[in-house]
Amino acid sequence: MEVNKLINSINDAVSEVFDGSTIMIGGFGEAGSPVELIHALIDNGSRNLTIIANNAGNGRIGLGALIGQRQVNKVICSFARSHKSITFKEQYEKNEIELEVVPQGTLAERIRSAGAGIPGFYTATAVGTPLANGKESKMFDGKEYILEKALSADFAFVKAENADRYGNLSFNKTARNFNPIMCMAAKQTIVQVKNFIDVKETDPEKVITPGIFVDKIVEVKNPLIETHAIENGEVYP
Amino acid sequence: MMKSKLKTLKLGWTRNQIASKIANDLPHGSYVNLGIGMPELVSQFVEENKEIIYHSENGLLGMGPPALENEVDYELINAGKKPVTILPGGSFCHHADSFSMIRGGHIDICVLGAMEVSENGDLANWTTGKGIPAVGGAMDLVAGAKNIFVMTDHLTKYGEPKLLKECSLPLTGKSVVTRVYTNYAIFGIEKSGFKLLEINEDINFDYLKKCTEGKIIQ
Repeated sequence: MEVNKLINSINDAVSEVFDGSTIMIGGFGEAGSPVELIHALIDNGSRNLTIIANNAGNGRIGLGALIGQRQVNKVICSFARSHKSITFKEQYEKNEIELEVVPQGTLAERIRSAGAGIPGFYTATAVGTPLANGKESKMFDGKEYILEKALSADFAFVKAENADRYGNLSFNKTARNFNPIMCMAAKQTIVQVKNFIDVKETDPEKVITPGIFVDKIVEVKNPLIETHAIENGEVYP
Repeated sequence: MMKSKLKTLKLGWTRNQIASKIANDLPHGSYVNLGIGMPELVSQFVEENKEIIYHSENGLLGMGPPALENEVDYELINAGKKPVTILPGGSFCHHADSFSMIRGGHIDICVLGAMEVSENGDLANWTTGKGIPAVGGAMDLVAGAKNIFVMTDHLTKYGEPKLLKECSLPLTGKSVVTRVYTNYAIFGIEKSGFKLLEINEDINFDYLKKCTEGKIIQ
């Protein structure tokens, strides 16, 4: 029997998400954002979620919609402020959602570390700022660094351009961003992919994320384009 | 490209002139990250005999100009989430690699805006303490890039000094700024204060001192 990580139904792909899950959501702004997987999670209805992402959603689609459905208790991100953000802002201003602000590079390295089996690391980023409060600090060669801990998750939702049945992934341009490192850092990685390809078409030199980091794949041939959807006032569900 | 945000300044250099001063100080072949907003102007003023390689922290090295309408690809964007282009020789990487370029000291110069700068090079530019706190990559850039050039108006829109003895706002980084370019003057940061490198021909030194709370070294 062949290994095949393709799941036919997007709702089946997210069916193991449970109340209180921590979920990494890939993408930087709309590039690489797994909007259709997030919509399947809205259908799934799991609540009290902690979301790890760079942003906190725009409009009322994708992560913006998930927050709007009150399925999210806490967001861990670098940049939750955006002129297109509606739902996070509404709930944050009423103290209805928790925010942990993490510098973008520290966020990336905390995720990568979790995937690489490294429990923490020292960085100069944020030394002397409010984001260093409560963190252990240490001098190396006369310079101060703070300890940052690895960040893992129960699930990672990512978007890729191409995947084969093993889960070997390649990405499109700057839609790569957080996706490869999130694939490494979650107990279960679920990928929505534009093109599901035959393994014979996979060029091993062009695989960005090797299949070992991927658990489930669903094909979404024509993903929504966030800019257009927001301009058109689209709302999910 | 940033026309909507440009405002005419009464005194000293225009924003384009400040951008041009910074562009002149970028060495040929350097790897540069331009912050969102005013610093984006800098790339327009780089002389033709020099090549600068632009880094965008969302995983793009060798960034080209903003995308024209027929070039827009929502999966090819810059750190400000605006559609851009990639130049021949450019490359994509994931976020951990992109910030290794920053944290690992591989980026030569980062140009950023400022709310406040102190005479020992502390920078505050990420939050006024009100609204949703959002830091993005600013703290990583100031801690990691080899040189931090600040591009800012000399005074706040209320006419208050931005170059201070000590910052009052939450810091982005401590002792991180190497140079400050304002519409009035250009300064290096030295242990003892703002070292005056160039002053605009219409600004006299006494006026500059009055507009600067931090110590100026001539």
